[in-house]
Amino acid sequence: MSTPAISVENVSKTFRMYTDRTQSLKSLFVERRRTKHEDFWALRDVVLDIPEGKTFGLLGNNGSGKSTLLKCIARILTPNEGRVVSRGRMAAMLEVGSGFHPELTGRENVYLNGSILGMNRQEVDRKFADIVDFAGIGEFIDQPVKNYSSGMYVRLGFAVAIHVEPDIMLVDEILAVGDAEFQERCMSKFADFRREGRTVVVVSHGLEQMRSFCDEAAWLSHGRLMGTGPVARVIEDYSDVAHLAKPVEGGGTRVGSGEAQINRIEWLHADGRDAHTCRTGDAVRVRLHYTSSVRIERPVFGVSVQTLDDRLIWGHHSKDSGYVPESIEPGEGSIDVVIPSLPLRPDTYSVSASLQGPGTSHLFDAYRRGITFAVVPTGRTESGGHVVFGSHFERLLPARPLLPAASDDGVDARA
Amino acid sequence: MVLSGIDRRDETPTGSEELRQTLGLIGNLARRQLSSQYKRTVLGRLWSLINPVAQIAVYSLVFGLVLRGGVEPGRNSGITSFALWIAIGVIAWGYLSGSIMSGMNSLTSNTALLTKVYFPRWVLLVSEMVANTVNHLPEIGILVVVSMMVGGPGVLPYVPLLIGVVLLTGVFATGVGLVLSVGMVYFRDLSHLWGIFNQVWLYISGIVFPLTLLVTVQNDLFDKGWAVQGEPIPLAQIARLNPAQLYVEAYRSILFGFDSPSIGVWIGCLAWAVIALTIGILVFRKHSSRIVEAL
Repeated sequence: MSTPAISVENVSKTFRMYTDRTQSLKSLFVERRRTKHEDFWALRDVVLDIPEGKTFGLLGNNGSGKSTLLKCIARILTPNEGRVVSRGRMAAMLEVGSGFHPELTGRENVYLNGSILGMNRQEVDRKFADIVDFAGIGEFIDQPVKNYSSGMYVRLGFAVAIHVEPDIMLVDEILAVGDAEFQERCMSKFADFRREGRTVVVVSHGLEQMRSFCDEAAWLSHGRLMGTGPVARVIEDYSDVAHLAKPVEGGGTRVGSGEAQINRIEWLHADGRDAHTCRTGDAVRVRLHYTSSVRIERPVFGVSVQTLDDRLIWGHHSKDSGYVPESIEPGEGSIDVVIPSLPLRPDTYSVSASLQGPGTSHLFDAYRRGITFAVVPTGRTESGGHVVFGSHFERLLPARPLLPAASDDGVDARA
Repeated sequence: MVLSGIDRRDETPTGSEELRQTLGLIGNLARRQLSSQYKRTVLGRLWSLINPVAQIAVYSLVFGLVLRGGVEPGRNSGITSFALWIAIGVIAWGYLSGSIMSGMNSLTSNTALLTKVYFPRWVLLVSEMVANTVNHLPEIGILVVVSMMVGGPGVLPYVPLLIGVVLLTGVFATGVGLVLSVGMVYFRDLSHLWGIFNQVWLYISGIVFPLTLLVTVQNDLFDKGWAVQGEPIPLAQIARLNPAQLYVEAYRSILFGFDSPSIGVWIGCLAWAVIALTIGILVFRKHSSRIVEAL
């Protein structure tokens, strides 16, 4: 791997916690001495390299020091010990629109905010149209921003920040911004960043979002670095500790309060045979066997399929399927998920299941990677990736005679 | 457009690039300050002139007509207008004390920015100074015009010297502002204390009455038995040590006396500016890295 974009070298950071904060000269003189304080260690001896061109997540509970670390990287806070070395232009999006002046127009604020974030005038000139377009502000750009809706305000702030196009982008809880359509635009912008080899560092506690968004991650707890590596592994370690996940005999792990459990996951053919090995296009039935010691109102069952390196391929829960019973009573039972035609390409996959209720407010059980199944090659398939679109080629123009089908062109065809 | 790793290395801000960016930021922040200052007021920018004019009128009435103050005629100009004398003092003082005040508040009033974005922290203070100086220039222009109306065109050859005077005043205010801005982060009482001190400072700086009056005062006190080692208390000399008095004197030499400030005044102005800025930078550098967490 090349040199890291950011090296965090033995960084420690303490904050003073005043039992009785001296906020005035008067009390300083009256008491004749500085008030007592205790040092609170927000970060303790953190060593971390963030590789160039990766989207890197910082995970941790509230108070774990992840935001403090981000602020140290952004140079907003200065570590007591150690140092942070970063290479390339950096922009931080800790709070979008924080430099906005309410009385100034959107246009004036774009220039002001742009220069705060490190763009010069010509650069803003060049990107101005894109920024306004991205924010979807339109003719309001010449109105004072105090007249903006909160959504417009945040979108404009975000649009400015994202157009800085830094080598390193620092982002704090970013994805809670704007409506779904705007978020999609942001995600595609971040995807561009990744393609262009820029480094993005994200702080969040939305695990599922992190899983799909990041390549690698580090996990902090009480100011200490607990682990770092590929995002799937870090998330798993983190949630294991944070939620006290236990390994399950026969494979997989289990998380949740435990009053109800998914005991067994079955992956079946339509006729009820075990479908441990199956083929693209097979009709499959996933059966979840559960036991509950309590009555659960509005239970929601969930199933997901992931690759062995823990990339989420598919997930479905019964609430989205519109299949929510009033309740389930204590005892045993099962529920089926029907997949009419399995659109997966050959590989090995694992299946996870969960049980929540009422609604999705409480997690009773999440049984991760309880079983695996393999999709084996059939005759002709599509050529790459994990899913099958049912696609084919046609209408070559200008038209040419075709060779006979099932020619000597591929391994798949011979199977 | 896909950038290769090597290309981007070259885009890393170099020293001069970073300087240019910082200057741009100062300009933008100063512009924000200026354009938001009088937003939504009917008279707008006129207020920046109306305020000093009102002050000048009040002080001229009180100290000129009611207390019957008077000044020696200007050296080369022969001007005797007490109102003009006060006007120069009020404008110069307004610039000096206003800059110190806004410098003092420049960190605490930008908490949101400081805690969310990194940029050199002194930029906030300097941009306040730039905005204040820009506001100050039309005031000076008006003073020059009024001086010419009262005393003739003799002032014009000395007008370029005002650049140096304004610059030194601004640098002095920056230095004091740097120290006070850090102080404000830790002790918010400072703004109130400074408000009181500012009042006192106004009266011992010879803004609204000539410091020669103090000689009369110290003699009166001496007659009543107030003395230091058998001598009158040297109030006038003490007042002369004060930098604000020096800066105002420099303004007046040019605009009232149609003359260059004396070499002693120049040296005094320069020395105070250098001392204030040096201490300001030292204090600011020592504390600037921990400012954010104390805000």
